Amino acid sequence: MANLKTVSKKSKAQSMGMHTEVLTGRTQQKFFNPDEAENFYYFGTYDVDFNKRTELDVKDMTAPEANKEIDNLMSQGYGTIVIKNPQGKHSLGVGILNKLNLIFEGSLGYFGMGSCDGPIVRINGRVGWSCAENLMAGKVVIEKNAGSCFGAAIRGGDLICKGSVGARTGIDMKGGTIIIGGDAGAFTGFMMQRGRIIILGDVGINLGDSMYDGTIFVGGEIGSYGSDAVDSELTSSDQDWLKRKLKVAEIGENFDVSKMKKIVAGKKLWNYDNLEPTEKKGAI
Amino acid sequence: MCGIAGLIHRGKSSNVGSELQGMLQALKHRGEDSTGYALYGDTDGKNFIMRFKVGENVGEGSSSVMEDVSVYDERKKIVDQTLSEMGAKVVKEERTLPYSLRYEIDYDTKDLLDFSQRIESIPGVEILSMGKSLEVIKDLGNAKMVCDRYSLDKVVGTHAIGHARMATESGVDIKSAHPFWGYPFSDVSVVHNGQLTNYWNNRRVLENKGMRFMSECDSELIAVYIAEKMRHGASLEEGMKESLTGLDGVFTYFVATKDSLGMAKDTMAAKPLVLYESDDLVAMGSEEIAIRSVLPQEIDTYDPFDGEVKVWQI
Repeated sequence: MANLKTVSKKSKAQSMGMHTEVLTGRTQQKFFNPDEAENFYYFGTYDVDFNKRTELDVKDMTAPEANKEIDNLMSQGYGTIVIKNPQGKHSLGVGILNKLNLIFEGSLGYFGMGSCDGPIVRINGRVGWSCAENLMAGKVVIEKNAGSCFGAAIRGGDLICKGSVGARTGIDMKGGTIIIGGDAGAFTGFMMQRGRIIILGDVGINLGDSMYDGTIFVGGEIGSYGSDAVDSELTSSDQDWLKRKLKVAEIGENFDVSKMKKIVAGKKLWNYDNLEPTEKKGAI
Repeated sequence: MCGIAGLIHRGKSSNVGSELQGMLQALKHRGEDSTGYALYGDTDGKNFIMRFKVGENVGEGSSSVMEDVSVYDERKKIVDQTLSEMGAKVVKEERTLPYSLRYEIDYDTKDLLDFSQRIESIPGVEILSMGKSLEVIKDLGNAKMVCDRYSLDKVVGTHAIGHARMATESGVDIKSAHPFWGYPFSDVSVVHNGQLTNYWNNRRVLENKGMRFMSECDSELIAVYIAEKMRHGASLEEGMKESLTGLDGVFTYFVATKDSLGMAKDTMAAKPLVLYESDDLVAMGSEEIAIRSVLPQEIDTYDPFDGEVKVWQI
């Protein structure tokens, strides 16, 4: 390694492995410029126009056929797509890494809108298990009820259910916000790591069980607290954030957020131990 | 994995055979090792309907063996003779398949325990169902295959439950297929999706109380467990509520009687169930897609919560 005290600024950076020049040739490395954010797309995604609207009846299609057709419509520049007759089919709308205004006129089965990044989705029906699993960005609104594992492992975005949801909502979530207008089942926020869950109604047993981090807000009754889930003080900034979020979500606009309970991780579980696993083994 | 489905029409009858076939066929991706129907048909209520088998349809992993039709014929003769000795008169007889029979029996008794024990003491004979309205039909294959084989699509009645099975805990054969009859209760049937982890402990206790098990399928335990509770005076709903703590594991199950249909979900809500409820129809299944086969229009459905028990009357 070069002597960092004597080399020029440019070569010091190069010595440390930090590039200052624009890379050319075979490299795929890109440097992010916020001014060019609009120009960034995933490989294989499309520049769509929200004002270009079309309808797609998926009644006689399989889920792969329907998803392929959505992709085809996006490739033609359609930015608003209305899906007719989803009929509870599984895995509809998965893997959309595009800005898109997607509307489902009916209910979805399992894994609807899974692994998406960017679309704004409205589902005028219910959804089955694991809706919007792994959502990275965007907004998904469900007008009716949702099944279990709602928003499992989401990284970002807003996931809103205006009705009630099943068990294990927000399991393993790592970011983003989940908002529930009705009640939520057992093990809500199970092992969540980051992000926020808002439940306006009641919630079942073992709320926030083994949560690492993140915050859960509950408006109704709590069946029981899970392991290491503890109450925390609801601050004025929490209340401001809740009001703003509920307003944006078009849900519970007149809800009295000042009476909500705030639940966080107590951080007393073994995983907060300072010892590395090998050290722990030695200590035991 | 397995899939379950059920429906009950309130205040009217419908083509429940065809409806349940559609629901179960929509769930065939959850398992098509075997499919079973428990249909509550419209009858005059005078005679018992006994569905029974005198042999097995043997699939992968089954402990049973295929036998010659002559063996079935011999067993059937013994069944006929035993019925005659008990004073039971066979009013109507159907032999859909060499090993599967349906008898309408004129028999005046409220306690089917002695009756069932005598019939099932014949080696290789198992009563699939006994009741004034209930008929349990189960065999290998998906819902459509079983429906076609037994001509179930024209059955008219008030309610029905069914099961599409992916064999995990026991082999592929009829004895391990659902639904299970709530032996020895007339018109009680059970289907289950899940795994019970205290099967053997409960089974030993129940066998000591005189209850019978025909398979090694954990789901049979639910039928026997509920039947034993009802035998000691509990209502269907009470028995189901007790099962939430008495049975360990993950489960969603349905129980049907002559005039009611119930569902129960374990306290961890680990197994799926979607429910549609209106004034004249309740339809439920492991997935929304099952309900859509009978109600294609947009409807409101929901997932029952953990530890929930519900019972509906016709």
